[in-house]
Amino acid sequence: MTLYRTAFGGETFRFGSLRETLAAATPLRSGDELAGIAAASETARVAAQAVLADLPLTTFLSEAVIPYETDEVTRLIFDSHDDAAFAPVRSMTVGGFRDWLLSDAATPAQVTALAPGLTPEMVAATAKLMRNRDLISAARKAPVTAAFRTTLGLPGRIGSRLQPNHPSDDLQGIAAGILDGLTYGVGDAVIGINPATDNIPNAIALIEMLDELRQRYEIPTQSCVLTHITNAIEIMARGAPIDLVFQSVAGTEAANDGFGVSLSVLDEAYDAALSLGRGTTGQNVMYFETGQGSALSADAHHGVDQQTLEARAHAVARRYRPLLVNTVVGFIGPEYLYDGKQIIRAGLEDHFCGKLLGLPMGVDVCYTNHAEADQNDMDVLMTLLADAGVTFLIAVPGSDDIMLNYQSLSFHDIVYLRNTFGLRAAPEFEAWLERVGLIDASGHLLESDAPTRALIAGAA
Amino acid sequence: MTGEVTKDPWARLRAATPARIGLGRAGSALPVAANLEFQFAHARARDAVQRAVDFAALADDLAPHPTILVDSAAPDRATYLRRPDLGRRLGPGDWPALDGHPASDLAFVIADGLSADAVQTHAAAVVRACDGPLKGLKVGPVVLARQGRVAIGDQIGARLGARLVVVLVGERPGLTVADSLGAYLTFAPRDGRRDSERNCISNIHARGGQSHEQAAAKIAWLARQALARGLTGIALKDDAPALDGHGQTGIGRAT
Repeated sequence: MTLYRTAFGGETFRFGSLRETLAAATPLRSGDELAGIAAASETARVAAQAVLADLPLTTFLSEAVIPYETDEVTRLIFDSHDDAAFAPVRSMTVGGFRDWLLSDAATPAQVTALAPGLTPEMVAATAKLMRNRDLISAARKAPVTAAFRTTLGLPGRIGSRLQPNHPSDDLQGIAAGILDGLTYGVGDAVIGINPATDNIPNAIALIEMLDELRQRYEIPTQSCVLTHITNAIEIMARGAPIDLVFQSVAGTEAANDGFGVSLSVLDEAYDAALSLGRGTTGQNVMYFETGQGSALSADAHHGVDQQTLEARAHAVARRYRPLLVNTVVGFIGPEYLYDGKQIIRAGLEDHFCGKLLGLPMGVDVCYTNHAEADQNDMDVLMTLLADAGVTFLIAVPGSDDIMLNYQSLSFHDIVYLRNTFGLRAAPEFEAWLERVGLIDASGHLLESDAPTRALIAGAA
Repeated sequence: MTGEVTKDPWARLRAATPARIGLGRAGSALPVAANLEFQFAHARARDAVQRAVDFAALADDLAPHPTILVDSAAPDRATYLRRPDLGRRLGPGDWPALDGHPASDLAFVIADGLSADAVQTHAAAVVRACDGPLKGLKVGPVVLARQGRVAIGDQIGARLGARLVVVLVGERPGLTVADSLGAYLTFAPRDGRRDSERNCISNIHARGGQSHEQAAAKIAWLARQALARGLTGIALKDDAPALDGHGQTGIGRAT
């Protein structure tokens, strides 16, 4: 029986379980306070981190934070654990693992090979012992590539989702948003629409429009309409040209149930999407969104802190070898991540955990108008994520998503990251950008109007 | 040429969407005018969230409807935003003004929600616009719930002995519309009602949203259906107009 306690400055701190220790060790955030599981004091938080640091990693193979018997995500985590991949770090404590990851001894090849041997709880615990800079430098050691028509995650590159949402799904309005984004070189990760109305004929109209536009301009990228996965199954059965299948996922069976999904539904959709064989450079066909607080908002958190649950959602995603996974980090609201500081921290944590677990992790760098955050906080987070090697970021026209009523990055921000830091688009997409004259050979977006005029003329 | 802003030829496409397309750029940045316009829209949305509703002025606007002012358990705005659970219940105190009312068919509760501007601009007008369409029903006093969220109407409705509670609440402000009001109807209000047991009319505002009269007509239609059938929620929703403008991201569609 593991005892979760430590002496600290003459005081003894006791935590009832692994679950409680993880929660108390989490850097302060409003969602854990709302759930009533945050550390009782700042001192108790550090004490919990000290307890975590001394725990053997093998603790996570014997104690589940949510019972195996009652939660299929726990069963997935335990049943798919790869003992051989885990072997190199088997004897380490959480703190020892953290130190090793940050040391020169841990090479990208070694860190990447560990992924199937790491459980989400191990990675979440490690993140709790890291500062923001540690989350950046360790994530850089875990590059992940995935491919469909473009190859994402290559070194020195940063992908982008073009998100051209419209409040009434007007096809002209969405096409206008897509053209705008393309002229900024955005869209190599995916052109992805959140539909305003969620019926199947509407989704098919959007899917067909996206496919027609992609073919007319011969753009090497993939598209996605982010409709519910059961709709996607039906749409595939009707033969519409689906590239990627999307679903929001969470870290508990009950929260996934709240989303109307289960592993068996995800399995079914994954098989159907694979059978379409539409990828050219790769066959990663799934797109998942996650976000801290989603389980709590569904009252399905089982007393587990939201950062650990987020990592468990990553474990769900990795079963399906996705092309794209992103956390919607500031979208869920200030009751989960209160301000810019908490959003920035969570964005870096989610990216680190996703990468360590082997996911092509992206981030929707975003906030709502009732959070204590603004575009300056997003500037900080996107720049840090670019340094951390994030797979892709989401961008909308002028940072203003007029359908979902929140602010994400702008198309301009993707240009900033590429032109300022020399980061490049996915190679297949980049070749297209150069061919239509939007960028030069170094990947720098040019200021000439001519290619934009040509694209707009092509839409008429 | 240094400092020159690259102009985009977007005039025709701009008419197809309210999205911020064709903004042009100064290097990789927004041109200063577009940046200031964005800042202005964000500032307006922030003000709408942070500003306090002037409930005394609201009570005047509502006259001759009698009003009762109550506080939620959230002591201030910062706590309110952090702790939605506190905004869903009455604050400490006995609130005797809520007792001793004759049983009613319907009671209005006005809660600030996430936009003071929405409540100040539209709530009294919607209540007054309902006077005609609700004729014949017994309507109780209007309760003004400071730092309140939708579910505070459950407790208030139960105390008033109302068969149905209609909560008018400021919706989460966007950059384009910062003063959008929502109306939530709950039959047999009591503690523990789930969101799936409510009906919602959203987007009541003057920038392409529903007018006060349109909202009043829908509230009255839903109220009469709810009272006749003895329920609100999913079972009523089938017949109600389309309400939810949000997409299927699935995450965080919180009120």
